[in-house]
Amino acid sequence: MDLLEINFAVLVASLIVASTPLVLAALGELVVEKSGVLNLGVEGMMIIGAVSGFIVGVETGSAYIGMIAAAIAGALLSLLFAFIVLIMQANQVASGLALTIFGLGLAALMGHPYTGIKSPQIQTISIPFLSDLPIIGQMFFQHDLIVYLSLIAVFGVWYFLSRMRLGLVLRAVGEDHDVAHSLGYRVISIRFLAITFGGAMAGVGGGYLSLVRVPQWTEGMTAGAGWIALALVVFSGWRPGRLLIGAYIFGGITILQLNLQAIGVNINIAILSMAPYLATILALVLISSSGLHGTRGAPGCLGKSFVKTV
Amino acid sequence: MNRNVLIAIAGLIAVVLALSIWSSRQDTEVASSDKYKVGFIYIGPPGDHGWNYQHDVGRKAVEEAYGDKVETVFQENVPESADAERVMSQMALAGTDMIFATSFGYMDPVINVAKKFPGVKFEHATGYKTADNVSTYSARFYEGRSVVGHVAGKMTRTNIVGYVASFPIPEVVRGINSAYLAAKKANPYVKFKIIWIFTWYDPAKEADAAKTLISQGADVVLQHVDSSAIMSVAEEKGVYAFGQASDMSAFGPNAHLTAIINGWAPYYVEKVKQGMEGTWKGNQQVFDGIGAGMVIIGDLNDNIPDSVKKEAMAIKDGIASGTLHPFTGPINKQDGSPWLKNGETADVGTLLGMNFYVEGIEGDIPK
Repeated sequence: MDLLEINFAVLVASLIVASTPLVLAALGELVVEKSGVLNLGVEGMMIIGAVSGFIVGVETGSAYIGMIAAAIAGALLSLLFAFIVLIMQANQVASGLALTIFGLGLAALMGHPYTGIKSPQIQTISIPFLSDLPIIGQMFFQHDLIVYLSLIAVFGVWYFLSRMRLGLVLRAVGEDHDVAHSLGYRVISIRFLAITFGGAMAGVGGGYLSLVRVPQWTEGMTAGAGWIALALVVFSGWRPGRLLIGAYIFGGITILQLNLQAIGVNINIAILSMAPYLATILALVLISSSGLHGTRGAPGCLGKSFVKTV
Repeated sequence: MNRNVLIAIAGLIAVVLALSIWSSRQDTEVASSDKYKVGFIYIGPPGDHGWNYQHDVGRKAVEEAYGDKVETVFQENVPESADAERVMSQMALAGTDMIFATSFGYMDPVINVAKKFPGVKFEHATGYKTADNVSTYSARFYEGRSVVGHVAGKMTRTNIVGYVASFPIPEVVRGINSAYLAAKKANPYVKFKIIWIFTWYDPAKEADAAKTLISQGADVVLQHVDSSAIMSVAEEKGVYAFGQASDMSAFGPNAHLTAIINGWAPYYVEKVKQGMEGTWKGNQQVFDGIGAGMVIIGDLNDNIPDSVKKEAMAIKDGIASGTLHPFTGPINKQDGSPWLKNGETADVGTLLGMNFYVEGIEGDIPK
């Protein structure tokens, strides 16, 4: 075994690509949960995004239009969920699970004529000057547009939730919808918007999977990524920055263990396969328990239906 | 829960059920009693362009061969659990005469259902348990791996061949050994890098593993996992790969050197014929390869030099006619201890239980 056989610049670059679907989907779910709604349908919205993005990408020949379609498809599916839990006030856990099952089935049906087709390519964008830096340039500054946008989105969500008035309102709705309601905030409307945003982000995450990371459509291709995104939200303590760190650790260990196997490291492979999950949980628990920021951040009304009292 | 909630949930469930029934595309026509009815259960979707796709090709061949005399039904995405028993029992109750169970994990369900329906004939792929109304069949895929191993050894410029493997079972280990021996013979400098991903079907994981191998210098990637993701990655990165179970050239016109294609059709056509004529027997174990057409080598890509094409064809023909065995001594095990003496060939028992690498492969088989 020879550690020098591992190309670390490529390793970091590919861990970012591997983590991006998780970052996108988990970030959307974070906003949804901050508004007090638990949507377990992330997996379903991702796969609908993956298949819709792929179909539109192939038909139009543009991966970017495909990405937009993925966002719209994820948002549309999430509207169904929003209608059921906000208007019909159905149980959020059951409805979310149903959404996942529904999404997986519908995606298989939609994608049937599209197996065995190549997706349009998405160009990588080298950032001027920075991408020419040795090693660092290849790691961070030679990615596609979606990777950069995902990082901007992490910052944007943080800024929105912690620095903007509307973000504060959204958090208030999630903490105590009755109080928010009595203050005159429109709980249902805000949750509708949050759920739609979450759906669009999950859709883009799925689209990234079928248009960039794999790149092709195959049935069931999300293979549990939506559930990992859900777990990341909880372990990050509902904080966008930690979520990004968590997703990159997860993606990083996943890619690292593949690299270690390929150079022939003698570690029990069951442990190597488990490592991404363990390391992510451990890292995020350590950050959370360091007490730097105090609260754990779970919204007070997470998963509760809102019934108008007045 | 109020009434609205119940209506909403009921509505959603109805939509889901309607779509899933529509999408499972199960043939629900009632069988007329004079037709011979054959059922198939698949572990995944026939749209996978791999393992399940080829079984479905076999099913269609049966329909084509016997036309109005047979009727076939199939069920896709059947888990290897009690669900499999339920699906097969339903098929048997619906008057199915013969059932093909096309994944290893259906073994115990097949045996259980076969006990309950002694009049139904069962054919189980890749298993080892038989009964009076259960026979098994499997293919010598390692023969195909010997051909692609030779091509891989000749085509690599970096002398590093990547291998994405699924589970450490004898079937997969046998494939690695067979490919390695052929590659080593073709190119003494060749080195195998192997990644185990512990799944048959996870396109994203398969793609990640392939990218990792390529980043570590592999310019030919072999796979023993089911999806076509690795072919797409190989095409994108400008390296070579081989189709698994089915021709995958649509995913990588330049990358696709050739494919090991599972040829179940002749076997299925023959077995259904035996069933119709009453000559079908249980307790049979078929293990066929290139010679019988159960393993087919796909078209060779024009990127392969003519001399290498000829050599590959010679290996294929030699295996088909029985003059060449992929495991012919002298072969040592990985630790250097002798396995096969000069000229000795491996016996079926060792092949079916193979749990060791041959000499020259680096790394350990995961426990």
